Amino acid sequence: MGFDKEKIIRDFPILNREIKPGKRLVYLDSTATSQKPEVVIEAMNDYYRLYNANIHRGVHTLAEEATAMYEQSRVKVQKFINARSHKEIVFTRNATEAINLVAFTWGRQNLDAGDVVVLTEMEHHSNLVPWQMLAAEKNLRLEFIPVTENGELDLLELPALLNLKPKLFCFTHMSNVLGTINPAKELISNAHKAGAVVLVDGAQSVPHFAVDVVDLDADFYVFSAHKMLGPTGIGVLYGKENLLNNMPPFLGGGDMIKKVQLRTFKPNDLPHKFEAGTPAIAEAIGLGAAVDYLAAIGMDHVLAHEKELTAYGLEKIAPLEHLKIFGKDITNKGGVIAFEMDIAHPHDVAQILDMQGVAVRAGHHCAMPLHEKFHIPATTRASFYIYNTKEDIDKLVEGLQIVIDMFG
Amino acid sequence: MDDFYRELIVERYKNPVYKGELDPHDFSYEDENPLCGDHIHIDVRVDEDNKVTEAAFSGHGCAISQASADLLLESIIGKSLEEVKHFSKEDVLDLLGIELGPVRLKCALLSLKVLKAGIYGVGELDEDLV
Ligand SMILES: Cc1ncc(COP(=O)(O)O)c(C=O)c1O
Repeated sequence: MGFDKEKIIRDFPILNREIKPGKRLVYLDSTATSQKPEVVIEAMNDYYRLYNANIHRGVHTLAEEATAMYEQSRVKVQKFINARSHKEIVFTRNATEAINLVAFTWGRQNLDAGDVVVLTEMEHHSNLVPWQMLAAEKNLRLEFIPVTENGELDLLELPALLNLKPKLFCFTHMSNVLGTINPAKELISNAHKAGAVVLVDGAQSVPHFAVDVVDLDADFYVFSAHKMLGPTGIGVLYGKENLLNNMPPFLGGGDMIKKVQLRTFKPNDLPHKFEAGTPAIAEAIGLGAAVDYLAAIGMDHVLAHEKELTAYGLEKIAPLEHLKIFGKDITNKGGVIAFEMDIAHPHDVAQILDMQGVAVRAGHHCAMPLHEKFHIPATTRASFYIYNTKEDIDKLVEGLQIVIDMFG
Repeated sequence: MDDFYRELIVERYKNPVYKGELDPHDFSYEDENPLCGDHIHIDVRVDEDNKVTEAAFSGHGCAISQASADLLLESIIGKSLEEVKHFSKEDVLDLLGIELGPVRLKCALLSLKVLKAGIYGVGELDEDLV
């Protein structure tokens, strides 16, 4: 289908909403969660209307149809990130749960007192707190790749950190605050040479550019459906088959077992071993539809569109008075612009923009350590996706001008 | 423009009257709203009858939290601590003259929370007390 701007906008019913009297919705908060196209909403409605049933157990027609659609979604996701096998795609609740799954199973099994885990200073809390919890339990040592003033990982520090022989290295493929796209392939290859297993937080990458887990050689790769046009309540853990096979199960219950006796059980095969209980069936089907939608557009087109918007946004926003952009000069930057205004708090900025119909986010964006590093309690963040246009950015700039007129 | 950013609020945010610190003071307290990073420190002086003679706040945050701190301190000067204890959420909203959703309400009430925690001499004040 390629990149047909008008069609894309028509595909998202919410964008028709008059959010304030006379103001159409300008949605610049896709980093928090994306909007959903009609096809995704309808795919989930169809499940409930036409073939709602529990999966994997039933023999009736509805159950067979539902199971087939659920498993087809898994294959769609597998193809989308180019995993070798559908067995390597585990459905979770979200990226956060996928990270916790790895911490709870692989982490508990493989990490011991004194072991080093390397993270970065730009992690989302979801790729930080699970490791802090495990570190407290197991007495692990957490080390961090610093972030430069420019908003990029300080790779000069990497060799020293890898010299500590970390057992695990976790990093985000793209920062949800700075927009920095990290050189994942290079990072993974260096970490592997040092003997570390690598987990990549792909919550901001899979929605916005092509990800090939085999080419990257990631050991674990996690993401959430709701940031890539899909529904909330479903996320993905990709793991290399041999790693997943050797891990103990996560949650216990139905579906994750092959055989149960009163005192023992035998876990199911991959990926079901990690999917206890009735999963988010409609949501998995919705995710499948979202993947189809993105694949039809082509992820290279998605990235090109966002890069264009980001360049335009930087050009328009940077010259505004009283405003400072974080990570303005990042070499490889995705569609996120976070900024601070010396005359107004991010909450006020966001509220005044909201009065103009422009939705942005204000706060620490679940990256408190990163904000602390830059000595700011909070930023205002605008983020872009396929349905945004240059006119949206013009609306943002108009709104910022109102803030300047009011508080300046 | 909506009434939300009434002139009074923007004016008090830009040019607060009670911003500063009092040293010495009879009591002081501070707290923050971790979600948005609003931070407020309040110093109060009282006379022998426990009436507020002077009050000052410092800190940083959004226009709502800063303006409400300024207006709140203005309104407690000359009042007894007993009276101040009875200040309520509605009193603060009346001072601001606007209606607030749940998120911004926390910003507006931070200064009252700090002030009451200072008066009661407690470490943390239950939100319900505010
Ligand atoms: C970089 C990054 N990692 C992880 C997450 C967590 O995603 P979720 O809340 O869907 O688990 C987010 C979401 O904001 C994110 O931006």
